[in-house]
Amino acid sequence: MADTGSLIEIDHLYKTYPAADRGDRLVLDDVNFRLVPGEIVAVLGKSGSGKSTFLRIIAGLSEPSKGDVRYRGRPVNGPVRGAGMVFQSFALFPWLTVLGNVELGLEALKVPKEERRKRAEAAIDLIGLDGFESAYPKELSGGMRQRVGFARALVINPDVLLLDEPFSALDVLTAETLRGDLVDLWRDRKIPTQSILMVSHNIEESVEMADRILIFSSDPGRIRAEIRVPLPRPRDWNSPGFRHIVDQVYTLLTTTPGGAAGKRARGEPGAAEGQEFAIRIPDAPTQQLSALIDTLMEDRYKGRADLPDLAEYQNLAVDDLFVLLDGMQLLGFAHVGGGDVELTAAGKAFSNAEMDERKAIFGNHLLRNVPLAAHIQKVLQERPNHRAPASRFLNELEDHMSEEWANDTLERLINWGRYAELFAYDYDTETFRLEDPEEG
Amino acid sequence: MMMRSMLWGQPVRRWQDRLRPNFWDLVAFPLLFGLLALIVVGAGGMTKPFDLGEPQTISLDPRNLPYYALRTVMRMLIALAVSFLFTLIYAAAAAKSRMAEKILIPILDILQSIPILSFLTITVTGWIALFPGSLLGPECAAIFAIFTSQAWNMTFSLYQSLRTVPLDLQEAARMYHVGPWGRFWRLELPHAMPNLVWNMMMSVSGGWFFVVAAEAFSVAGQNITLPGVGSYIATAIDQRNLLAVGYAVVMMLIVILAYDQLFFRPLLSWSNKFKPEHEPGIDAGRPWFLTMLQKAGLVRLFRIGFAAGGQIWDQTIGAAFKRGLGALGVGRGAAMDRVSSTPRWVERAYDGLLLLVAGYVVYRLGSVVEARLTFHEVLRVFYLGFLTAIRVLVLIALATAVWVPIGVWIGLRPKLTRRAQPIVQFLAAFPANLFFPIAVALILRFNANPEIWLSPLMILGTQWYILFNVIAGAASLPQDFQYVARNLGVSRWVWWRRLIIPAIFPAYITGALTAAGGSWNAAIVSEWVQWGATTLTATGIGAYIKEASNDGDNARLILGTLVLCVYVILLNRLFWRRLYDYAAERMRLDDV
Ligand SMILES: Nc1ncnc2c1ncn2[C@@H]1O[C@H](COP(=O)(O)OP(=O)(O)OP(=O)(O)O)[C@@H](O)[C@H]1O
Ligand SMILES: [Mg+2]
Repeated sequence: MADTGSLIEIDHLYKTYPAADRGDRLVLDDVNFRLVPGEIVAVLGKSGSGKSTFLRIIAGLSEPSKGDVRYRGRPVNGPVRGAGMVFQSFALFPWLTVLGNVELGLEALKVPKEERRKRAEAAIDLIGLDGFESAYPKELSGGMRQRVGFARALVINPDVLLLDEPFSALDVLTAETLRGDLVDLWRDRKIPTQSILMVSHNIEESVEMADRILIFSSDPGRIRAEIRVPLPRPRDWNSPGFRHIVDQVYTLLTTTPGGAAGKRARGEPGAAEGQEFAIRIPDAPTQQLSALIDTLMEDRYKGRADLPDLAEYQNLAVDDLFVLLDGMQLLGFAHVGGGDVELTAAGKAFSNAEMDERKAIFGNHLLRNVPLAAHIQKVLQERPNHRAPASRFLNELEDHMSEEWANDTLERLINWGRYAELFAYDYDTETFRLEDPEEG
Repeated sequence: MMMRSMLWGQPVRRWQDRLRPNFWDLVAFPLLFGLLALIVVGAGGMTKPFDLGEPQTISLDPRNLPYYALRTVMRMLIALAVSFLFTLIYAAAAAKSRMAEKILIPILDILQSIPILSFLTITVTGWIALFPGSLLGPECAAIFAIFTSQAWNMTFSLYQSLRTVPLDLQEAARMYHVGPWGRFWRLELPHAMPNLVWNMMMSVSGGWFFVVAAEAFSVAGQNITLPGVGSYIATAIDQRNLLAVGYAVVMMLIVILAYDQLFFRPLLSWSNKFKPEHEPGIDAGRPWFLTMLQKAGLVRLFRIGFAAGGQIWDQTIGAAFKRGLGALGVGRGAAMDRVSSTPRWVERAYDGLLLLVAGYVVYRLGSVVEARLTFHEVLRVFYLGFLTAIRVLVLIALATAVWVPIGVWIGLRPKLTRRAQPIVQFLAAFPANLFFPIAVALILRFNANPEIWLSPLMILGTQWYILFNVIAGAASLPQDFQYVARNLGVSRWVWWRRLIIPAIFPAYITGALTAAGGSWNAAIVSEWVQWGATTLTATGIGAYIKEASNDGDNARLILGTLVLCVYVILLNRLFWRRLYDYAAERMRLDDV
């Protein structure tokens, strides 16, 4: 059922990675996708949702565990010819000059030397690097380096450009210029590239560039929604149409369908024991959590904020903002929905409290909403010496999640628990101990 | 319009201009052709006829010294070239194939702890039999010994680098269809280059010590002397000629200076090109020799020739080789990150087989030893090893007490550091065994106890690694830390304990580990020394091995070597490695 109109077709794609000891970890779950000529598609999703994995499978760099991946109707089983890839980290060879790096892609295609040089120079001119041919990447700024990355991808005249967060490592202005240049080249057909598939974590960037935006959900990664962007180009970030779509994306990204954190945040019962014990704790530092809560209480917001506005006002990358929101929801300090965040009564109480009281509120909510915290405290109270090694809890966690996640989860819990003074943790001996056993 | 033509990726003047002779050619011309002539002369001497037992005379006339030095240097360079080749093949195999890795890496670990004298003694008869009637036999034995002092280190370095090629670069290479062959040359080797070059240079520095030791040796009562600085010294010792020893020291100074200027500095500076970022402060200016190599028209001419030759090679032999590799299935399937496809039971069976083979080897070696030696002797050798271990550790402690404060003092002063580092590197390269005769003469003169006073010789050449690394560690301490410390007005003691020691600890451990390894090897040369007919010994495993080697007693030699290996490996695993891991984990400054 290969329809010949598509450049890339993906049907029922699954990807699992072997987990540390037991079982496999599902990273992509039944992903279906078409890329047709003449469109730009952006992929958005939280960190770890499998966006890069998705892109790497399309590129032929990684093998699907199950499912079909076809490029121009042919199954993909190795790096795809006709696709150019650009990496977030640039991935330039430090020992090759700009010209050498750009020529690299042509060398393997057995293009004769003279033509290689000519095409590489043309690509370098096109992307605005004229005069830097003999420079080494380390002599260039980040923006220039990524231009080399683009030149290297474009020199092979790709039908499809695969971009993995190509602008993330650049500063705002540089990213904006490079983004504009790329879209112009593509729109004016100065490059033969028909379609672009771009992973991003910047919502505005995606809305600016893409015809379609795919929203990935995490654990496992699925395409949860697709948003069309019917705005004419060039797009104005401040136009109502643009803002409306941005809001829509925020809303989709922040509603966790049926997730444990979401449930508890909504105050639903039955989250305290059993395997719910093993929920992942977001990497939200307590200092930033309290700062964000304080911001939400400012007159500007009065306890309720529009997410795009908040991200801009706080100068937070959306990924970082989402992590903090996850933390606030998990602890029951805020609700997120409809592209807005609203403090709960507990969140407001926290904000109005002094240092010691804040810690008490935080501790209470931690014990109530994070079963792992309650579990650790219970174990510590039951033990005569009020001590327990970290490995004990790690083992329990690893029954439910990979070793890596278990480590992360415990580490984050330690930070929260320390702040709330629920328990103390000794890094050198890797043991938990009750902060104040008598009181327990 | 500016006229442009392209050569080596640079917009340049027309190529005829670049090839036009310039100032640098004045230097390059005599230098390069001089080198060529020297190689021809040296190679002629290496293939002279020779029979075992034939007396080889070394003249102590200082006018012969330059020629001897040439022979020594040639041995060194050949050994280095062989080491490099070995490194490429061995490390690539270990890094690319998990099956190979399981055998190759433990073997390397063991090889690394075998003293070179044991290699020399055990293999020399084989080499002589390989080239009967020619000096090439002993020559190869010596080169092999030098090789063993360099290759393992370099191989480990390359192996480690090959396993840490950044993932994004690997993916970029695959995405742009660079094949496995191309990936090795265009990505993996360049990535490994800075570390490999650094290690190679350090190995060569250590190698000078062994060149001197490997040129004059005796097998089964037969003295073999190869023309070179080492045998010159040996002869001087034989004849109790302190003046000749002095000449040799001066000659070696010149040789090492030349090595430093013509080889070490240019290569190091060149290898910086492969680093992902500029590292400020490390570059001590551009070495003049490198500038010459890059600027002289003559050298450019050579390079064009090489490039053309390389292309022809690539299209003919290289292509055939690649096809061959392809036919063998090498590098297939590497295009995707497939999960290891070997079934578990195959791996288990393979592991079991390896254990069996290893067990058999140990059993065979054991039976050679057992057939001729008593259990009591084995115990005694362990006791001797213990004595040497004590010496090594005490000396490292002493060297630490001396050099750590000095190293910190230097390292905290950037200007001084830049000036001191090359000097320390130079000292590390200088073969300390040239000074042994002087030390022995002094011991005899003052009638000192050799059990104690021979010991410092062990660390004479290796202590510099400690100093060197401590300087580097202190130099990398961020200025902020010092400001904070000064701002808080901390006491001297707190400053050391809380700031300096944690800061230099990882680097210090690396240095101490290297120094300890080198000292074990040096034990064999320094626990048993001669001055004329007088022999001084210190009780220890080094002297035991040396005596066994002198007598051609293979059973004792094997026993001594085995025990020494056990000590070195155990100390590394149980002591240094742990300290190292501890340092890496707890005392890092980068993620505070
Ligand atoms: N080679 C691998 N082996 C095991 N697990 C992997 C591997 N590569 C990725 N993963 C896991 O798969 C999940 C998805 O990773 P991926 O890099 O695709 O996420 P992402 O959406 O690109 O995240 P980010 O926004 O942080 O780049 C992650 O949890 C990651 O830990
Ligand atoms: Mg990613």
